[in-house]
Amino acid sequence: MSNVAEMNSPQINPGIDPNTMSIIVTKGSLDWAYPPFILGTTAAAMGLEVTMFFTFYGLNLLMKDLNLQVSSLGNPAMKMPMMGMHMGMPNLVSAIPGVDAAASKMMKNLMKKKGIAPITELRELAVEADVRMIACQMTMDMFEYGPQDMIEPLEIGGAATYIEVATQSHINLFI
Amino acid sequence: MADQVLDAKGLNCPLPILRAKKALKTMEGGKTLEVLSTDPGSVADFAAFCRTTGNELVEQNEEGGIWTYLIRKS
Repeated sequence: MSNVAEMNSPQINPGIDPNTMSIIVTKGSLDWAYPPFILGTTAAAMGLEVTMFFTFYGLNLLMKDLNLQVSSLGNPAMKMPMMGMHMGMPNLVSAIPGVDAAASKMMKNLMKKKGIAPITELRELAVEADVRMIACQMTMDMFEYGPQDMIEPLEIGGAATYIEVATQSHINLFI
Repeated sequence: MADQVLDAKGLNCPLPILRAKKALKTMEGGKTLEVLSTDPGSVADFAAFCRTTGNELVEQNEEGGIWTYLIRKS
């Protein structure tokens, strides 16, 4: 019979440094760029060894030229503070060309006003803090991006590269 | 009187923590850093930051919406 107490007791794998974290970054819009970069830079500042693996649209966040956009289309939770209230956008309006660009500009202005760091700054801080950033080779092939399009230093890897990191990380997040 | 002062007023999460970490990095152990912040979330965050990094949160005050933290580098 197995020892139930032993099975239920939370244990840190003795081989894993508790101060390690990995994040899979799969989204590349302005709003979704924040959670991985905020958590990555903060964890690094708190002494954790951090690896970020950029795949699919997340790859967008490694581009040299960032022009991140947000879309209110299909996002009923996106309500901007305007004229003393919070206003959402009907999908029919969101679908009109130019509306996403306007909403993106509005969100960037709002962030600046509230002292929220631009993504380029958080990304620089991540590089400075030695956060290991890996670009997904398969996604680069699929979307036809080369190392010349992305920031340096660039590390390129695949699923096995990430899994190896994950087996050595105490915290593994998918964003 | 703190050895170094960091004015993080007007900055939002996670910038006060990131700037504090940057300042602490250049300081010797035992020296103190005073951080000024207007971010209400900084109260919980500086406590967590200090617990995790082992730096000592010696003192914290709030006056007129400005939080002051005194951190001693470990």
